[in-house]
Amino acid sequence: MPEETKFDIAMQCPVPVAATESILLGHGSGGRMSGNLLRDIVLPALQNPVLERLDDQAIVNVGGSRIAFTTDSFVVKPLFFPGGDIGTLAVNGTVNDLAMGGATPLFLSLALILEEGLAFDTLRRVMESIRVAAALAGVVVVTGDTKVVEKGSGDEIFVNTSGIGLVSSDLQLSADRARPGDRVLLSGTIGDHGITILSQREGLEFESAVASDTAALHTLVAQMLLASSEIRCLRDPTRGGVSSSLNEIAARSSVRIELEEQAIPIREDVQGACEMLGLDPLYVANEGKLLAIVAPTAAEKVLEAMQLHPLGRDARIIGTVTDSHPAMVTLRTRLGTSRIVDLLSGDQLPRIC
Amino acid sequence: MKYLDEYRDEKIARGIVAELGRRATRPWVLMEICGGQTHTLMRYGIDEILPAGIELVHGPGCPVCVTSLETIDKAIEIASRPDVTLVSYGDMLRVPGSRIDLFHVKASGGDVRVVYSPTEALKFARANPGRKVVFFAVGFETTAPANAMAVWQAKREGLKNFSMLASHVLVPPAIRALLSSRRNRVQGFIGPGHVCTVMGYREYEDLIREFHVPIVVGGFEPLDLLEAILMLVTQLEEGRAGVENQYVRSVTYEGNRLAQKVMAEVFEVCDRKWRGMGGIPESGLSLREEYAEFDADRIFGTEGVTADEPAECISAEVLQGLKKPTECSAFGTRCTPENPLGAPMVSSEGACAAYYQYRRHGMVAAKDIH
Repeated sequence: MPEETKFDIAMQCPVPVAATESILLGHGSGGRMSGNLLRDIVLPALQNPVLERLDDQAIVNVGGSRIAFTTDSFVVKPLFFPGGDIGTLAVNGTVNDLAMGGATPLFLSLALILEEGLAFDTLRRVMESIRVAAALAGVVVVTGDTKVVEKGSGDEIFVNTSGIGLVSSDLQLSADRARPGDRVLLSGTIGDHGITILSQREGLEFESAVASDTAALHTLVAQMLLASSEIRCLRDPTRGGVSSSLNEIAARSSVRIELEEQAIPIREDVQGACEMLGLDPLYVANEGKLLAIVAPTAAEKVLEAMQLHPLGRDARIIGTVTDSHPAMVTLRTRLGTSRIVDLLSGDQLPRIC
Repeated sequence: MKYLDEYRDEKIARGIVAELGRRATRPWVLMEICGGQTHTLMRYGIDEILPAGIELVHGPGCPVCVTSLETIDKAIEIASRPDVTLVSYGDMLRVPGSRIDLFHVKASGGDVRVVYSPTEALKFARANPGRKVVFFAVGFETTAPANAMAVWQAKREGLKNFSMLASHVLVPPAIRALLSSRRNRVQGFIGPGHVCTVMGYREYEDLIREFHVPIVVGGFEPLDLLEAILMLVTQLEEGRAGVENQYVRSVTYEGNRLAQKVMAEVFEVCDRKWRGMGGIPESGLSLREEYAEFDADRIFGTEGVTADEPAECISAEVLQGLKKPTECSAFGTRCTPENPLGAPMVSSEGACAAYYQYRRHGMVAAKDIH
């Protein structure tokens, strides 16, 4: 090719999008956008030391007792899916937020926001699920509220549950307690819930036998705490998946968490769905799994205790806490190389090709 | 998992790397074209285990990244209309236009929906005759046949409320543009496996005749890429330049003839502006005149929308392998996936975003990783 016909590729770039001035779906993803929303708008209005711990539950002293208190809202589409429905999620989710603080869950509140036109039958099915899930978890729904919004102002049913539980006086579990040398334990396969929901969505035509893992984890936690008092922190990796929970712990404790790709349990059908959709299972939601940061000397003992519980049968040690690169989660790949497991900005989006 | 584990085996990977070390007698600069391949290379840290001297440059094959600013602006303008439902692949929603992205349109009440296939958009159009359904058709030759099929079907059915904002791009003209650049350093290409599944690799022979640069069509798993690199280095060391096919389980010489036929029926080749690279002649696909009634650009009168891409980021140099993403002063500070300054930071398949997501600890302190 003659020299004069050669051309230089022009240097170009798009203009950055200005900081957002309104809520986007990504603000509900559990990723960096959610964190920024809390930091910039929610927390400045409500400064207090209990809230600022940003654990899954608040633990407060009342008349000599340590009370765990938490709240969670549930918006899921479809309402019913293999393995559960919005009712089971609403009970188990709040029970689990209490359990991650080491609390024995006791009482729940239930607030329903119902959309005009919702079939009574649908509501009856959800209420029955709530009844069964509460009975299984041994918690009592002691107060509640219902509101109805105009058609189009809601999406069938939104559920909020709050819960309280009791924590024993000497127990301290928090995201800022991870120390170099600690081990990271995971109670079972990842991504089951998120892939179940995706597989049920309109427009996503793949069939799968996978079911949501929704379950109340407090009896598993009790068994772990019996095995050892050297558990530093517990988290249930719900929205945003394992990655978001571990990034939070790494940031709060100023440590690096190094995961072993080969050690992370995942069902074949979940892995297959993730490969097909271009999703990373580390960011897919779970509703019945927990992560534990445990002192190195106690890790094996706690792992054994987990594996003896039906909800921890597939538990594994999946990583280690180190002191290089604070506030970072990395993964040793099966090729023996290392990569970052970053906090996502917003929701994980399926890729074009 | 079957059909995955075989292609991610550490022992075989180390074996290929050792063989590479034996065969490479001098440094070589190779480029993977496709963003999916960039993603795999970063995700598995393959650049970490390659013998020193074998340098990978990350090509422009991320469809989300290279879609021009004005095309995004057109989509945003169309999606903002109250009578329109804009249907798109998920990762296009986050791509910034001149002012906002499609997520912002959705947040201000625009009807923007994510699908996994254009036939879903067709279904939605049939079920909602009162909505003007516009499918945002971007991507390389990989996604073009399914998009062509949707328009073809819409015409056959006489569907009046379906149209397409088509902005397809083609790989061979982009390779030609890169090789024609005065400052080109790339000595061999890993060809795009999925593009070639559709198109075959016959058309790459012209490039080789013109530029005498080896091209090996590669797959997307770690061992695919390592094998393709080995095949490239072997050609280079032996002084050969030919098209070879590593991805034999998917790619044939002729490609998918049926897919090519429906593409040719619906689309024609046109000049196209690439984000980060500028205008490249005959590098895109647009709807043929016979399908003009499905051309959203005409229906909504957005043909005149233009947008200037100010010169600030170094994406052109990254795409040509003149600089690594981490050599950019804005990398990870002023330019992040939340606030991308340039095309390669936009999608996780873009070179800068892939570095940011998977590899930036390496630049903090490489010694800690090994």
